[in-house]
Amino acid sequence: MRAIPLKLIEDLRNLNVSRPLRFMEVCGTHTVNICRFGLRSIFPKNVELRSGPGCPVCVTPASAIKIGVDLALSFEKTIVLTYGDMMKVPGPTMTLADAKARGGRILSVYSVVEAIDLAEKERDFKIVFLGVGFETTAPSSAWAIKEAKRRNLKNFFLASFHKLIPPALEILASERTLDGFLCPGHVSTIIGLKPYEEISKRHKIPCVISGFEAEDIIIAMLKLIEMAEKKEYMAFNAYKRAVKEKGNIKAQELLKEVFEEEDTEWRGLGIIPKSGLKIKEEFSDFDAKIAFKIKDESVKDIPGCKCGEVLKGQIYPYECPLFGNSCTPEQPVGPCMISSEGSCAAYYRYGGLIEP
Amino acid sequence: MCLAVPHRIVRVDGNEAIAEIGSIKKKVRLDLLEDVRIGDYVLIHAGFAIEKLSVEEAEDILDAWKEIEEAQNEG
Repeated sequence: MRAIPLKLIEDLRNLNVSRPLRFMEVCGTHTVNICRFGLRSIFPKNVELRSGPGCPVCVTPASAIKIGVDLALSFEKTIVLTYGDMMKVPGPTMTLADAKARGGRILSVYSVVEAIDLAEKERDFKIVFLGVGFETTAPSSAWAIKEAKRRNLKNFFLASFHKLIPPALEILASERTLDGFLCPGHVSTIIGLKPYEEISKRHKIPCVISGFEAEDIIIAMLKLIEMAEKKEYMAFNAYKRAVKEKGNIKAQELLKEVFEEEDTEWRGLGIIPKSGLKIKEEFSDFDAKIAFKIKDESVKDIPGCKCGEVLKGQIYPYECPLFGNSCTPEQPVGPCMISSEGSCAAYYRYGGLIEP
Repeated sequence: MCLAVPHRIVRVDGNEAIAEIGSIKKKVRLDLLEDVRIGDYVLIHAGFAIEKLSVEEAEDILDAWKEIEEAQNEG
C-alpha cells in the first residue's frame, strides 16, 4: 500500500469544525476500509461517521434465505446458485450452507455468468440464481435474463432481491439526524451523480462520492466537512477516475429494460417504497418467484440482534449487547457480523472501538 | 459486495475478454461497456467490466484536494 501523505492526515485532524457533524458512509466496502485503515482516529473532534445500510447481504431480509432453502430442499432437479456471502446468513429455519449440508443443491458462485453456463450444460435441471446486490450488481442479473432468452434457456430463473440505494438514502435523510453522506463509489459508477443531487437539494444534505483508498476517503471527508460547514447542499464527485457524471448509461438502460421498481423489505429498515427491482412481465418466464409460486413473506428478525439499528446508523456495532459476546465472526448471530463487509464484522476485526 | 477491482484488458473476443491483474488472468464480460480495447483499464465486478478507468482522471482527485486547500487558505 502506498503511504498516505502525512500532510493530508494532519489537514483532516486539525480541521476546525464549528459544530458537531454526523455523517454516514453508505457502502460496506467503505466501512471495512475505514476500520482497516483506522481512519476514525484522524477525524477532527466534533466529526462522527456512522456506518450505513450498504451491505447488500446484510439488508437482504431473512425471507430471501428461506426462499433459497425451500427451493433447494423442496424441489426436485433444482440447483440454487448465489454469491458466497449469502451462504452463512441466518434464515428463519437455517442458512443456505445448512441446507447444502442436508443435501440441498446449492452452489456459491462469483458471477451470474456461471449460472447461465450451468443452465446451458444441465438442461434437465432448473437453475435458480438468487440475485442480491445494489445497482453495481443488478445489471449483471439483467444481462443474465436477456442472455437466457437469447440462448433459449428455459431452465434459468432469477429470484431478484436487488435493491436501489437512493430510496434508502431518502429515508435516512428524511430522519434529519445526518449532516452528509459519503456515497458508495461503485454504485455511483452505475447511477452517476443525478440521484444524489436530487437528494441533496430535497433534504439539504451534502453528498460526496468517494473511492476506496485511504487517500480517497480522507479527501472525500475533507470535502464533506467543508460542504457541511458552508451549507453547500449538492453532490460532489471525488472519485472521477471511476465515476462519470451520468454513470454507466448502458447498464442503466439494461436495468430499465428488464426490471421495474417495487416496494421491498430491507432487513432493519422495513419496507422502502420503490427500492426493489422486480422482473418485468415481458421476462416473467425467467422470474423464479412466478415459476416456483414463491410467496415473499416477512419473517421476524433475530431476537436480541440489533443489526437493524446498526444498518440505520442509530448505534455503533459495539453498542449491541451481543457484539463480541455471543456474536463474533466465528459464531455470528446477525448478518452484519457474518458478511465480510458487514459493519459488525469490520468493527470486530479491526477494532475501531472509539468510545469517548 | 460492491467491490470492483481494476484490471487491464489483454484479449477481446466480441463481448468476452481476458482481463489481468498482476499475474492473475480471468474471463470477463464486456456487455455493460462500449468500445473496450486491449490495454484499457477497467473496473471488474462479479465478472463484468462496469467502467473504464481513466488514468488521467486519477490525478483529478489530487486536484480536487488542491482546490479545497486553496479555498481554505483564502478563508
